[in-house]
Amino acid sequence: MSDLLVMRGIVKQFPGVRALDGVDLDVRAGEVHCLLGQNGAGKSTLIKILAGAHRPDEGTITLGGEEVRFANPIAAIKSGISTIYQELDLVDGLSVAENIFLGHEQAAYGFTRRGEMNKEASKLLGRLGHGEIRPTREVGRLSSAGKQIVSMARALSHETRLIVMDEPSAALAHDEVGNLFRVIRDLTAQGVAVVYISHRLEEIREIGDRVTVLKDGRTAAVGLPARETPTSTVVSLMTGRDVEYVFPQRPAPGSHEGRPEVLKVEGLTVAGHFADVSFSVREGEIVGLAGLVGSGRSEIVEAVYGARRPSTGRVVLSGETVRTGSTTRSVRLGMGLAPEERKSQALLMNESVGRNITIAGLGRYARFGWVDRRAEREAADRLVKTLDIRPPDSRRPIRTLSGGNQQKAVFARWLVEGRKLLLLDEPTRGVDVGARAELYAVIRRLADEGVGVLLVSSEVPEVLGLADRVLVLREGKVIHQSDARDLDESRVLDMIMEGSAL
Amino acid sequence: MTDARASGGGSQSTPPPVDEHARVEAAPGKGGGRPNGAGILGRVGEARHLGLVVALVLLAVVGLVTTPGSFATSSNLVSILALASTIGVITVGMTFVIIGGGIDLSVGAIMALASVWATTLATQSYGPWVMSICAILVGTGAGLLNGFLISYGRMVPFIATLAMLVAARGLAQRMSDRRTQLVQPDNNAIVELSTTRVLGLPLLVYIFAFVVIIGWIVLNRTTFGRRTYAVGGNPEAARLAGIDVRRHTMMLYALSGLCCGIAAVIIMARTTTGSSTHGDLYELDAIAAVIIGGTLLTGGRGTIIGSILGLLIFTLITNLFILNGLNTSDQLIAKGLIIVIAVLLQRRSLETRT
Ligand SMILES: Nc1ncnc2c1ncn2[C@@H]1O[C@H](COP(=O)(O)OP(=O)(O)OP(=O)(O)O)[C@@H](O)[C@H]1O
Ligand SMILES: [Mg+2]
Repeated sequence: MSDLLVMRGIVKQFPGVRALDGVDLDVRAGEVHCLLGQNGAGKSTLIKILAGAHRPDEGTITLGGEEVRFANPIAAIKSGISTIYQELDLVDGLSVAENIFLGHEQAAYGFTRRGEMNKEASKLLGRLGHGEIRPTREVGRLSSAGKQIVSMARALSHETRLIVMDEPSAALAHDEVGNLFRVIRDLTAQGVAVVYISHRLEEIREIGDRVTVLKDGRTAAVGLPARETPTSTVVSLMTGRDVEYVFPQRPAPGSHEGRPEVLKVEGLTVAGHFADVSFSVREGEIVGLAGLVGSGRSEIVEAVYGARRPSTGRVVLSGETVRTGSTTRSVRLGMGLAPEERKSQALLMNESVGRNITIAGLGRYARFGWVDRRAEREAADRLVKTLDIRPPDSRRPIRTLSGGNQQKAVFARWLVEGRKLLLLDEPTRGVDVGARAELYAVIRRLADEGVGVLLVSSEVPEVLGLADRVLVLREGKVIHQSDARDLDESRVLDMIMEGSAL
Repeated sequence: MTDARASGGGSQSTPPPVDEHARVEAAPGKGGGRPNGAGILGRVGEARHLGLVVALVLLAVVGLVTTPGSFATSSNLVSILALASTIGVITVGMTFVIIGGGIDLSVGAIMALASVWATTLATQSYGPWVMSICAILVGTGAGLLNGFLISYGRMVPFIATLAMLVAARGLAQRMSDRRTQLVQPDNNAIVELSTTRVLGLPLLVYIFAFVVIIGWIVLNRTTFGRRTYAVGGNPEAARLAGIDVRRHTMMLYALSGLCCGIAAVIIMARTTTGSSTHGDLYELDAIAAVIIGGTLLTGGRGTIIGSILGLLIFTLITNLFILNGLNTSDQLIAKGLIIVIAVLLQRRSLETRT
């Protein structure tokens, strides 16, 4: 069978980093081709080259037998390649439909045809299983999963031969991933090829046909069969060593019993999101929140942090009531939040890695407002090392880091002394298998030092494996609460999806 | 398990940064990036200011060629600096506001109001010190009000400060009855700021230099400055990182108002008057200087040095037009062109950074 896309010897040099050093990629029509590799391996760079967003320094791209050279993203779209980028690239102020048809608005005599655009948009969203998202809604008001779905609809709105998806599932919960896979199967049945990037290996098994592995900007393996290749082989190709995808040792059940409560939440309600939520987190305990997107997980975390105003209820941190609307006070009381969406909620894109890490605790490197830059730099360097952020240089602009490494920097921000409670909303989003195990270990170590942790994750195994206690949420209510060891994945999935359409 | 990771990590090779001593930091987020090693990042950052310096030198050469007799005289250079001092102090405040993601249209009007308030007979009866303090308090107070409306009243900065522009000028006219108020002979100490010279330069130039230095230090070396970049670059991220974005924003406008108050003292010294017509369109010059200096109007990036260089370029153009006897309309056209060129160059340096 002839290949739809052939990339040969692609090289891309960034200042100080050779992101791609001779990469090959072959994609056939109608297949799902998975691209695997550690954080910073060069996956996103490769697909940006394919999408015309970067120009390669060397190498050739052949599409349908013809050599192509894309001067810009529009040229790539015109040749039938559409891309869902790792970082959302929607315009917050525009409506859902306007975003979907951005750049190829349906127009007559220069006037956009709103009615038709809205209808088309509805159809696309319906295909993705989200007919309920109104096309006229402003994108800025959607959750990050909602935004992810809109950017998928955008990719589907073009005539395409090849769709590239850079970690599309990172922002999606279990049921959403199911929808995504259905759409992918539709597409491939019509002969469209899909390039799929994900750090979740079980997804690769489920949807993938063949796998290409990147390591340090080189191709480590081409065209492996996605279902038959053993996980250990894939992982060692990616990392060059064996990683066990394991969770750190948990303290014995009930060992938190007598310890003081760091966090106490009583009858917390945010109208329209969740109602009457009560729970507590003890010193040294990791409490996980499991639930679908839209079940109120992130909103609970934000309300606890004081970033969102509750309608009723109370949040108490080590005996002190948390004032809503003042994150400054929450931080002073010893909380820290690693938010769900790194680009819009956490990162300062114009600044260096180091400054992104230290911004939350700047006061601790300062006297009378005067920043001790040496102390600051040393702290940043130490954290870069602890979390193995690559490249290991805290002075590099953060926007030049790969997605997974940016995520680690967001987490690093709160690895400072004096934290009593960490709120981690999808802390491992986009982080590779090996680094994930390392993050888990760090989180557990913090807990062992006495920090309370509230963990939100779309990945049920992550919640079950890392947390001591789990709260299961459905439609804004806590429907179950128990020790994590008493639950298994299928039971939790049953609970969170009960009554939903699936 | 931790061990396994650590040793594995050690043996792994990531392409090392080419230049260990790369001072990426020297170019806060400047990052033009030709693919030539991290060191270039720092150099491009400096090169941006270099462009401004080159423009300044070129203008000076033009001055030397077209008006050799009058340009390079010490009295002309002093008048350039004195002219730059007034707007320069305002520009420092404006730089903070714009880096913090806002804009302040009311600077000229606030300065006028402060100058009028400080030169009323009632205020003047307390002597020069009280006059200066009065000007500074009026400026800071008006700025604080701006900040309050913007952060807690959730008004758009453009609108809130536009309202302040109109209202402050109106109040200044009311207080002065539209008359120019002279600084009384008793309070000549104020005027001496412009007549007394140290090392050939009037005292007010030192005030300007002092404000610039303090501004630079605050922006680059203090938590306040660093948070300003964060608040302007990504307010939501700043808020979630525990920064009190509203209070910070309010402080930024207060700071801008404070600078207007200082500028009012300088303008009283230069003109020996307080007047509701002082500082007309200063907001445009200050904003233009900040933009030419490379500060992003969307916030999160910028430097004081750039703004000051931008301002000097503007002042020099004014000076050259006057020396050459050209009319002010042409001067405005030239300034407009400069803004366009500067912004286009900025755009290019942003684009090459992918
Ligand atoms: N604009 C840029 N300037 C400089 N370096 C960059 C730039 N973009 C990416 N890099 C570097 O190129 C390398 C590859 O990054 P890339 O984003 O392709 O990784 P990735 O495989 O997508 O990782 P992840 O799984 O974390 O998303 C990284 O070392 C990154 O730091
Ligand atoms: Mg990536």
